[in-house]
Amino acid sequence: MSHTIPAEPEEKQSSHTRRMTLNMGPQHPSTHGVLRVVLELDGESIFKATPDIGFLHTGIEKQCEALNWHQVITLTDRVDYLANLSNNLCYSLAVEKLLQMEIPPKAQYLRVLLAELTRINSHLVWLGTHALDIGAMTVFFLCFREREDILRLFEMFSGQRLMTSYIRIGGLALEPPRGWEKRVKTFIDGLPSKIDEYESLLNTNPIWLKRTKGVGKISVEEMLEIGLTGPCIRGAGIPFDARKMTPYSSYEKFQFEVPTSTDNDVYARYECRVREMRESAKIVQQAMAGIPEGPVQADAPKAVLPERERMKTQMESLIYHFKIVTEGISVPAGEVFQVVESPRGELGYYVVSDGTAKPLRVHMRTPSFGNLQGLPNMIESRGIADSIAIMGSLDFVLGDCDR
Amino acid sequence: MLPENLLDPSLVLNTSTALDELTLEIVPEKILEALRALKTQKFERFVSVTAVDRYPMEPRFEVVYHMQSVARNLRVRLKCRATGDNPKIASATVVYAAANWYEREAFDLFGINFEGHPNLTRIMMPDFWQGHPLRRDYPVHGHKYDYKSE
Repeated sequence: MSHTIPAEPEEKQSSHTRRMTLNMGPQHPSTHGVLRVVLELDGESIFKATPDIGFLHTGIEKQCEALNWHQVITLTDRVDYLANLSNNLCYSLAVEKLLQMEIPPKAQYLRVLLAELTRINSHLVWLGTHALDIGAMTVFFLCFREREDILRLFEMFSGQRLMTSYIRIGGLALEPPRGWEKRVKTFIDGLPSKIDEYESLLNTNPIWLKRTKGVGKISVEEMLEIGLTGPCIRGAGIPFDARKMTPYSSYEKFQFEVPTSTDNDVYARYECRVREMRESAKIVQQAMAGIPEGPVQADAPKAVLPERERMKTQMESLIYHFKIVTEGISVPAGEVFQVVESPRGELGYYVVSDGTAKPLRVHMRTPSFGNLQGLPNMIESRGIADSIAIMGSLDFVLGDCDR
Repeated sequence: MLPENLLDPSLVLNTSTALDELTLEIVPEKILEALRALKTQKFERFVSVTAVDRYPMEPRFEVVYHMQSVARNLRVRLKCRATGDNPKIASATVVYAAANWYEREAFDLFGINFEGHPNLTRIMMPDFWQGHPLRRDYPVHGHKYDYKSE
């Protein structure tokens, strides 16, 4: 985070090539959060762009070291507030790997289902705001209509719309509520026709096509070099997806495609995300159809909080509950780097334990941080208007970036 | 699993595999050689670099690199130790451009000097900030800020 404004370029230039320095943000509405980009302009075109982040830095990684293993879950929600369940999942998987804990199949399937609903939710917010930035306002209202349904589902599952903390170490926080199947089925069966609706508004819209096609192109090698992941890299033709490459939480049992495109522009990223929503809907349907019976929490009384009912009726459960809440759990010393595919790209949690009740280090390799690093390469030598479209296509969340 | 001869033995101090993850401890002076060798072996992605503070142990810092090969679907973790007074290591930006912001972050929050970095300034904390918040001897609450005086 920098407080200085760079000096005007010093060399004497003739009046028609004079460069101007312009601050975009930290409150510019199209930067989707508090991002500041210092633009050096040559007329309308961007000569140099310097992103300045850190305005949302809340020290989450530091706070993780002060809380016990279970309490950290609530912080992971707040890292990426549009993909809270992906963050819950990634952290839980990392800790479970250290504990070498087996997760029951029903919990694994529900985790997949929730992670995919999160993906749809995040992509809906992205599509709505991205289209709004470019001037297509109607899409925003339609996307938020469906997003509201997903948030209601999250509320039904966990009692919370945004900060769900529903995926816990050892499984899920609670059994899903009665009647969830019907609600999820109604939503997911209706989704493809809703996506058709968005596409009918955009795919043949000449303004949309002009603003997105051929914009924001950089070479595939440069993208890999600078560390872009997720739909950005898939839009460049690399089928890089952690769900396929290193399957977690029984993703290997699901049939789905990884949408890619070779155009490598803003439109290609839009195309990939929209097709991903359709694939996610398929995964949710498969998870619903094949969901096994059984518990939603691992059988590990020393590490997993007991069910409320058992805690109140059984002495042993009460003792474990008391010990977990007061002392926390002890995780064997070791380190693990767990990767999941968040809606924005590769999300990695590097968790180090020294065998005590608190983590020694929780490092979040967040997709927004990696993707935002590629912003200057994409917007330099293009117009300001294009920079808005490109920023939208990177789909960053500043909470995710600054942590 | 990874081939044993991923790196030249003279670069590696220690090799360990735990929980299906390979960790190579590298001679700190030779980190750039190790990174270059990995790059020629199709480790095209630089995932992240961060640090772990093992205060009060000495050398207290571990600088941890995560690398990935998309083509071979492999991941590897490199580790270098750095001492508490003036922790420094060569910057990976000359090999992988993606290291830029991650090294700035590790500099900002841990105070590790990445020598040869093009722009080693604070990225998360304000420019005027004193200290490095993610060090273990830096308190979680109430550092140099008195709410009562407002």
